[in-house]
Amino acid sequence: MRLIVSLLCVFITVVFHGTGAMAQYLEQEFTESTLPEELRAFDVPDDAGGSIGLSWKASPADSPDVSYIVYVSTSENGPWQEAARITSTTGYKSDAPQYFGFRKKQRNHHFVEIQLQKILPGSNVEKPYYFKLAVVKGDSVKEFDEVVSARAKGNWFNMSKLNNLIIMVVFSALVLYFISHARRHPGMFLRKISGLEAVDEALGRATEMGRPVLFVHGLTPIGSISTLAAINILSRIATRVAEYDTVLKVVNNDPIVMTVSQEVVKESYLEAGRPDAYNQDNVVMVASEQFPYVVAVAGIMTREKTAANFFIGFFYAESLLLAETGATTGAIQVAATDSYTQLPFFITTCDYTLMGEELYAASAYLSREPMLLGSLRAQDIGKAVVIGAIFFGTILSSSGINFITQLFTGF
Amino acid sequence: MTFLRRTIPLAICFVLGITIAFQYYVPNQHSSAFLELMTRWDKIIAGFAVFIGAYSLFHLHFSRIKFKAAGWGYSIFVFIGAGIMLFFGFYNEGEGLLADKQEGSMFDWLYIYVQVPAGATIFSILAFFMASAAYRTFRARTVESALLLVAAIIVMLGRVPLGALISPYLPLAADWIMSVPNLAAKRGILLGVSLGAIATSIKIIFGIERQYLGGGD
Repeated sequence: MRLIVSLLCVFITVVFHGTGAMAQYLEQEFTESTLPEELRAFDVPDDAGGSIGLSWKASPADSPDVSYIVYVSTSENGPWQEAARITSTTGYKSDAPQYFGFRKKQRNHHFVEIQLQKILPGSNVEKPYYFKLAVVKGDSVKEFDEVVSARAKGNWFNMSKLNNLIIMVVFSALVLYFISHARRHPGMFLRKISGLEAVDEALGRATEMGRPVLFVHGLTPIGSISTLAAINILSRIATRVAEYDTVLKVVNNDPIVMTVSQEVVKESYLEAGRPDAYNQDNVVMVASEQFPYVVAVAGIMTREKTAANFFIGFFYAESLLLAETGATTGAIQVAATDSYTQLPFFITTCDYTLMGEELYAASAYLSREPMLLGSLRAQDIGKAVVIGAIFFGTILSSSGINFITQLFTGF
Repeated sequence: MTFLRRTIPLAICFVLGITIAFQYYVPNQHSSAFLELMTRWDKIIAGFAVFIGAYSLFHLHFSRIKFKAAGWGYSIFVFIGAGIMLFFGFYNEGEGLLADKQEGSMFDWLYIYVQVPAGATIFSILAFFMASAAYRTFRARTVESALLLVAAIIVMLGRVPLGALISPYLPLAADWIMSVPNLAAKRGILLGVSLGAIATSIKIIFGIERQYLGGGD
């Protein structure tokens, strides 16, 4: 019994002494002179509103076992609610370069972003909110009296995307300039793209064999730029198919893409002077899901023995299933995709494959219209600029100068 | 007629194309609300388009049955399958068409235990197709094919425990191939794709590329 009482006394002494020592530590380390300085609350820039940022100067007493707690309240006098907790050696302004840039001195200030709707759901985010700080070590908490406030508001421009906007505007201007230049100076040189040179060969073969031509869009909807590029190519191919008087089958998995394709093929037949040859049942939706779509298209290839298959657009796992089935039927196959994960499958199974950007160049290449060809030169210049930036960026970055890397950082 | 078929669609494309492009740079809640509104419109249009797609599908298979086209018997299964799914979808575990979709219904059962395994079966064929495609490609008839063959052997062996047993350098070589030459090529393609996509978007927004509207220029 005496032993138990003694142990209990030792335990109580240790616990209370420990807690007291901890509180003493906090008092000593975070005295009035070492209070978190420059405590500031402000509207987080570049957002839709609803977030407030808090920053304060890092303290010499910061250590991995010391944490900061940020309290929030709708009134200057409380009640206070915990909004965020960070270890005192983390959460610096330098961790948020989208707001504060890349300057090294940003490491001297802590930064915490408070999303008000997450902390106080249903509250009016436009009114002022009050914040105060506390420091924690172990079980001891020291709250500071200083209260700061800020009001969140939505911004009209995201400054962190300024680099993106400048690149977009410059590149767009370049494209428009070269389109205008090409209109004034036609006869631009264009390197030979064998996959597109083979289009006529494939259509001629289908005509000679008296078998249909199959056009397969990728799986992406009309909002995808790959699908729009595929439809542009479909239009060119449909015009030639109409001229050759052969059958064109277009299979879709999206009703909107199907409707647009029907319209495009119909107009192409009309343009070729063969509106009578257009059959709406040849431009159809066969399935809306990936693998039923594969089965339906593979069925058409094997039953109708299509002489030429065009796989143009963005593809997923169905690429090899379709192209390998087409290869076994002996069809001449041309693929064009910007889906780099599927490129190896098309290269191994198709006679010709248009890689990446060639998909976007195909419409201009087939039409040979100066206005469309002009954009290709802008793309080449854009590529040269990016290659230059990568080259010099790598050299400078290896020397510890990150200016170019930071210039192209996206947020 | 040209005004309705060309001018109005081109004007809508130009105005919305420019607005949505700049919306990306405006974080304000009005901007987000506008994007949400446009997305909702997109969904509504897609909802109506489903009927057009269903009509196309049924019309195609009805014609195949009517004219006894090759393999017309399979088309019957389209109607049987669609009929069964529609019935259980409308039945909704006895709750009817107007109630929320019931969980664990016969409709779900058919999807999970019929359609998903059927899709997985087709997906599984991919392994065999890969083998046959690889066999054709990896015949080292040219320098490029030989390079492809060597790289493929290193990567395949480097990714399985057997590779590490043969040589501890194989996994390292496989990782190097994937993270250096492969990644460099991938990024090169992506770079071209991105610029191509932007250039095509500009041509579409400004009405320079208008083939998607149908017909000539």
